[in-house]
Amino acid sequence: MKLHEYQAKDVLRGLGIAVPDQIVAWTPDEAAAAAEHFGGACVVKAQVHSGGRGKAGGVKLCNTAAAARDAAAALIGQRLYTRQSAGTGLYIPCVLVTERIAIERELYLAVTLDTANQRYVVIASAAGGMEIEEVAKETPEAVIRVYIPFYDDIRAYQVQYLADRLGFDTTQADQLGHILRTALAYMKESDANLIEINPLAVVGGSLVAADAKLTYDDNAMMRHADLQAMEDLSQIDPLERRAKEISLSYVRLDGNIACMVNGAGLAMATMDIIKSYGGAPANFMDVGGGVNAEKVTAAFELILQDPNVKAIFVNIFGGIAQCDVIAAGIVEATKVTGLSIPLVVRLRGTHEEEGRAILNQSGLDIISIGDFTEAAKAAIACVNRPAVCEPGTPDVGTETPADVNGGAK
Amino acid sequence: MSILVDKNTKVIVQGITGKQGRFHTQEMIEYGTQIVGGVTPGKGGTECLGVPVFNTVRAAKDATGATVSVIFVPAKFAAESILEAADAGMDLCVCITEGIPVQDMMRVKHVLKESNTVLIGPNCPGLITPSECKVGIIPGNICRRDTVNPAVSAAGSVGIISRSGTLTYEAINQLTERGLGQSTAIGIGGDSIRGISFVDALEMFYNDPETTACVMIGEIGGSEEEKAAEWIRGHQDMPVVFYISGRNAPPGKRMGHAGAIIEGGHGTADSKIAALEAAGAINAGTPDMIGETMLRALQ
Repeated sequence: MKLHEYQAKDVLRGLGIAVPDQIVAWTPDEAAAAAEHFGGACVVKAQVHSGGRGKAGGVKLCNTAAAARDAAAALIGQRLYTRQSAGTGLYIPCVLVTERIAIERELYLAVTLDTANQRYVVIASAAGGMEIEEVAKETPEAVIRVYIPFYDDIRAYQVQYLADRLGFDTTQADQLGHILRTALAYMKESDANLIEINPLAVVGGSLVAADAKLTYDDNAMMRHADLQAMEDLSQIDPLERRAKEISLSYVRLDGNIACMVNGAGLAMATMDIIKSYGGAPANFMDVGGGVNAEKVTAAFELILQDPNVKAIFVNIFGGIAQCDVIAAGIVEATKVTGLSIPLVVRLRGTHEEEGRAILNQSGLDIISIGDFTEAAKAAIACVNRPAVCEPGTPDVGTETPADVNGGAK
Repeated sequence: MSILVDKNTKVIVQGITGKQGRFHTQEMIEYGTQIVGGVTPGKGGTECLGVPVFNTVRAAKDATGATVSVIFVPAKFAAESILEAADAGMDLCVCITEGIPVQDMMRVKHVLKESNTVLIGPNCPGLITPSECKVGIIPGNICRRDTVNPAVSAAGSVGIISRSGTLTYEAINQLTERGLGQSTAIGIGGDSIRGISFVDALEMFYNDPETTACVMIGEIGGSEEEKAAEWIRGHQDMPVVFYISGRNAPPGKRMGHAGAIIEGGHGTADSKIAALEAAGAINAGTPDMIGETMLRALQ
């Protein structure tokens, strides 16, 4: 889970870390009033869940309240297309108006998890304001890493080492120690998995978090209702948001064959097989274990909201999930949604025969194939040769009828 | 032989009285697994599915002599359950639970360094030694133990190691359809912090006299497949057939599993495939060709 910059800086300020004075503006008038508050000179920053906002035109330096109003009017309610955002861009719900600060130096500072070795890691660099990945690529020696054991706090000598490498004086070293100790404690208590301050600015000789990014472990949000309430859902693709509500794992892609699969590995494998036989998957979807009629219906409804979808490929290997229960769900969902595009279903595993019988006896136009390869090819054929799958020609879609309903052997 | 579990293995179920725990305990008992007890705090002294329930793992172990525990406890409490199993000195702990917070697992991994308990999972389907013992949720009916394909000369069975549950089933099924038996099949889990790794499992299969070849199913994210490639390079006498899923996953998007994400250009399918092929492992190419590729490798 991600936060907006203004929320992240509120959190940091709460930890006693200096941030520039800031006011969130939801309208151009509010932005003008905020600029007025700062005496006219201010920075207006689009709030979206993405880096690279400056390059995308989302950060504007303003000298007057009128300029801030114009800047806000040009941003709020629009979409920002950054290098990191997908093709559709990200909705800008509000802007952050901050005081202009005279930055003497820009540095990079982050605390995150080194999951492979079960420890925390501080990443710092004297080259602030840039993407740390780029710094690491071009001048790896400029990226300083300090590791903190899972059970421990950052040690005074570690702070000293970082401060020396970053060229800090004693006051700044103390401030750095405070930032790192509080950030680490916050990470442990809040299940944050990244606290990034970029740039960490030197202003009047003191350290200030000029921009900040905070992300949290999604799995841990069940114990942080307060944080969950801070998530701005406008930053998530509407279909992916809907998927989250009905506990489906869904990632939208740009192909035309929608996939509904149980298990993340099989879901990725299904995308791969479609692609390798010349098709294009419209999405990744893992429906998980407890699949019933309601969930299949919700999944179909979700899939059908994507206008690119021309066929659906259901691929289920029943372990916990039982094929007959899923088959009944598919029949129900097909009726409820009035499905009008071809549907290819592959059911294997627990109760597969009962499942296929339910599909065959439904009288619906469902192409049921047990073999993985043939089922994938059938789904692709539906998209490439739509005539094959018109109503009235059930169980067509493969050149090898022996495989239909039976699987390979 | 087989690895980790067999017909003599005594198993307790942590979270036996929950919906999932009860359902899968029944399935395990029907498969023939020796389920000797369960653990649910507060329900000690009662019975569930004909076996005694205890308040703690330690009490369950003392009373039953179990050496293996399997966890069906909700994500919020699952890490604590693993710590309890380790503290009680179980030889093997299999955690099925999905969605455990990362920092909880950091603590678990840290504690396990000081312990002899082997962890499988979390977020995994468990493991099965066909015809003997299943610990977890792998469907038993698709498995077979002995190899009966006349085209395959050497006796022995295939070991399976996978980061994905349903792809484990897929691989088992494809082997069974071709008359290729399985010694043990293990799902090691889809999280970024997990118990045993590919290398750990490959090493165990290598030392098992029954296992003559391995199927390894990896996916995008992390660097365990690359480490496995290094291991395979030094152990060319056991054929390894592999499949890596997620070739078409976009960078920066998490593909269901907590560990399945391409970050900063690392953990791509192509880099893993290249490393494994260079080490001498055999690429199945597509997920439907795992069984066929293994059959050809054994002919």
